[in-house]
Amino acid sequence: MIEIQNLTKTYGGFDALKNVNLSIAKGTVFGFVGPNGAGKTTTMSILATLLAPTSGSAKVGGFEVTEQPHEVRKRIGYMPDFFGVYDQFKTTEYLHFYGASYGIPRAERDQLIPQLLELVNLSDKKDAYVDSLSRGMKQRLCLARCLVHDPDVLILDEPASGLDPRARIEMREILKELKLMGKTIIISSHILPELAEMVDEIGVIEHGVMVAQGKVSEIQNRLRVKRVLHIRVLERAEELAERLRDEAHVSQVLHDETGVHVHFGGGDAEQSRLLGGMISAGYQVVSFHEAQSNLEDVFLEITKGGADHEQMA
Amino acid sequence: MNKWRKVLINPVLGKEITLRMRTPKSAFSIFAYVLVMGLLAMGIIYVMTSGSGMQSGRVDSGVSRMMFYALSIAQLVLIAFMTPALTAGVISGEREKQTLNMLLTTQQSSATIVLSKLVSSLSFMTLIILSTLPVYSIVFLYGGVSPSQLVSVFLFYLFVMLLLGSIGVFFSTLLKRTILSVIMTYGVGLVIFLVTGLAYLFAMSIDRVSYYNSGAPVRAYSWVGYLLGLNPAGALISIFEPSFSKSAFLVQGSNLQSSAPIELWQEFIIV
Repeated sequence: MIEIQNLTKTYGGFDALKNVNLSIAKGTVFGFVGPNGAGKTTTMSILATLLAPTSGSAKVGGFEVTEQPHEVRKRIGYMPDFFGVYDQFKTTEYLHFYGASYGIPRAERDQLIPQLLELVNLSDKKDAYVDSLSRGMKQRLCLARCLVHDPDVLILDEPASGLDPRARIEMREILKELKLMGKTIIISSHILPELAEMVDEIGVIEHGVMVAQGKVSEIQNRLRVKRVLHIRVLERAEELAERLRDEAHVSQVLHDETGVHVHFGGGDAEQSRLLGGMISAGYQVVSFHEAQSNLEDVFLEITKGGADHEQMA
Repeated sequence: MNKWRKVLINPVLGKEITLRMRTPKSAFSIFAYVLVMGLLAMGIIYVMTSGSGMQSGRVDSGVSRMMFYALSIAQLVLIAFMTPALTAGVISGEREKQTLNMLLTTQQSSATIVLSKLVSSLSFMTLIILSTLPVYSIVFLYGGVSPSQLVSVFLFYLFVMLLLGSIGVFFSTLLKRTILSVIMTYGVGLVIFLVTGLAYLFAMSIDRVSYYNSGAPVRAYSWVGYLLGLNPAGALISIFEPSFSKSAFLVQGSNLQSSAPIELWQEFIIV
């Protein structure tokens, strides 16, 4: 559905994007991850036909964004990271305006708009002035606006930024529903846990370079050069910690009241041998497990140092 | 009716007009505008009828024509002030409100958006101008001005509004910030209104001096008159008094019977 090839964008002498390649299949929810200023918004603006790339190509539904922007706009719903609303409009009028701007006939809009308001839980606010809505509600209204012409692709730039936890959960539920409807969604965020549950694939971008891209689990595996093992024993925890420091593949050992935490560089076989060694040495092991690394760890792992990116890229 | 509405009003234009008419600011602007014009008309009548010395103490057709001129010039000045204020923020304002990007991703073309915004601002200005018609009716009470003159003056206003409005929208599109765009639009407006007038007066004086010094025989029109044709006020006066165009081109002392090379308002509109 979305194809980006060697996309480069230069502002003055500054490279906002450097040869970014990206391919997103229909129906995929793609999480776009990276620190502020990494190039997420630039990429999304190019896909939304608002910005011309310096070089490279970007296609949505087979249409090149620079050559057939009109066709691309029919297929995308774009929600910018910061947006304003027309305060003097009521919510239904607001949606009517955008619906009309997309060329949807009045009769069709009359049917569609109550459904959209229902989807984003704003039915009870249909006659309220946009001005009077809370930030979370405005965010949801903007999402309804993106959907007014039933686009195949949704480009959502930080849709949950500045929302309180409750509003964030509501937004997530709506996005899950949209995923079920089969929309291709690109969603960016710098807050990773909120993406973790719902995305199929992620792309990590930093300094304009696509550092990693693929299924969440694949990337986690690829990055798992070091795993963290949590070990709990009935007694002699401190002695165990000392002993583990001398073991092969162990880079760091921490000991606290919850147990012993070992940064382990070996594979599955080495890990099993380590456990066997502990048991034969007479330690009474209560639990021995690998810490689940989440998206946030993945992100930190990928973006932690300059040398690492070069390798990954 | 609905069909015409669909043809004439696109979504952006509809939105602009709805939003503009919903703010109390619009009603206040019209009120303030008509108030200023009304006070001016009353002021002129008061001065003319106070009957001191030279004045006859009554309003005759000559006085009412004077009043018409004064009102029309005042109206022109007000248009010169209002139009940039209304148009110089239409695009940059959307950008500042962070609504422009969403508007640009819709199916509306950039040209539609820009033109709709210009038309909506100008239609509001037209409403203001039309709302001053009752003030003009005072002039008609006393006679001295033909309806066709009034119509041509109003058409001329429309043209000046279109000119200044286009400049305003141009800068608003070009510049990121509304404040800069407003300053630039007023700057260009100032050049059109003031600099052309001053340049005419200055160049005409120089031309006359050199004409007298050379002692040349009676000469045809001076090129300097074209400068005044660039000035909206000059063009407006030439609509009232067709002889004004001629005198603008004439070097003092010469007296040609033929008509001016071009009427000033024609030149203004052509340029």
